[in-house]
Amino acid sequence: MNAAKVLDATGLACPMPIVKTKKAINDIDSGEILEVHATDQGAKSDLTAWASSGGHELVEDTEEDGVLKFWIKKG
Amino acid sequence: MAVNVMTASDVTKKIFNQESLFILDVRNESEFQDWKIEGQNFEHVNVPYFELLDGVEEILDQIPSDKETLVVCAKEGSSVMVAEMLSEAGLDVSYFKGGMKAWSEHLEPVKVSDLKNGGELYQFVRIGKGCLSYMVISDGEAAIIDPTRMTDVFTQFAKEKGVTIQHVFDTHLHADHISGGTMLAEETGATYWMPPKDATEVTFNYQPLEDGGQVTIGDTAIDIHALYSPGHTIGSTSFIVDEKYLMTGDILFIDSIGRPDLAGKAEDWVADLRESLYSRYKALSEDLVVLPAHFMIMDELNEDGTVGATLGTLFSKNHGLNIEDEAAFRKMVTENLPPQPNSYQQIRETNMGKITPEDEEQREMEIGPNRCAVR
Repeated sequence: MNAAKVLDATGLACPMPIVKTKKAINDIDSGEILEVHATDQGAKSDLTAWASSGGHELVEDTEEDGVLKFWIKKG
Repeated sequence: MAVNVMTASDVTKKIFNQESLFILDVRNESEFQDWKIEGQNFEHVNVPYFELLDGVEEILDQIPSDKETLVVCAKEGSSVMVAEMLSEAGLDVSYFKGGMKAWSEHLEPVKVSDLKNGGELYQFVRIGKGCLSYMVISDGEAAIIDPTRMTDVFTQFAKEKGVTIQHVFDTHLHADHISGGTMLAEETGATYWMPPKDATEVTFNYQPLEDGGQVTIGDTAIDIHALYSPGHTIGSTSFIVDEKYLMTGDILFIDSIGRPDLAGKAEDWVADLRESLYSRYKALSEDLVVLPAHFMIMDELNEDGTVGATLGTLFSKNHGLNIEDEAAFRKMVTENLPPQPNSYQQIRETNMGKITPEDEEQREMEIGPNRCAVR
């Protein structure tokens, strides 16, 4: 997937992954994709809930070797 | 204004004392719906922290000025952030130390009673998850029943009391939380007991609990009698301690009864459950004090924080003990079940010794409410 921006939030504890994601999404245009990497397990449900409450779309998410990856389409 | 910190022990005491508290829970909605900190006089508002990143102005009018306010999240970080924002806005608030993770793990020891020959009986209330463990103490020796995986709480308590842990029991193979039984036995050199019918797949050594078996704690002979009482699991065993206390495991609770379905055998085990509750327990003295392995709602707590009631009281008040019609009973315990506990299959495998998850993973597996009962 073609991401307009990649955010590395690995090693960060809640609430930082979302705080950084929120800032990063301001830097891209509507319809573009933000790719987020995180290691905080809580990021999964929180990013999903944050994306839907903010009108963004969580297009895909994966988990590999403890790293969670999310692709969020800006709304 | 200052940001204060409140610990799980502080909040537990507020529950026991029925104090009031306003909780601003900043986890996401589904987590809040699943499980929260509950007290008789606690009030909640749920606003996810990620909706407050731009400021807390919009929720200021929802926060009462005449109550203590506690901000709660999953692990602490977000509650600190929100508490600081509220503090900058002029409010006096606390954040909850360690978040729901700490809440899930906190154990509060409460004395149930002195025993006949100078011993003592303690109940360890795992307030956030509704699990109850027990310590029987007599003459420098101790036995632990249904210990949680936070074994340091028991070893520390035993040290303070100057007693050595000689025996560790599990009433059954638990499905809702990870047992600390084998670990505690290993750490202390104690004998670990469990019912053989629940242990057919376990990978460790244990001493089989047999119906009618007896274990003595201390020289003054505080006896623990095993009473086979299947139904929640096929091996479920109750204990009678000091001729007065009936430890029912997950068969009988204060306001509900055990569910028979967590090993996938609801239909098969209903008859056992009924037999245990309506015949075996019925034959016992009504003066026995029932001490279960769980509680589900804060209403089940007595004023001193203990969870327990006489068998006679339960036979008159517990709905699950008063369903005369067998078909109606069968229907209630097989069709009317709450959702199964989070990760219960993995928890069962962990308790059999088949898998050994890392600490952090064990924590995640146990997050969430207790769901062992059917009302």
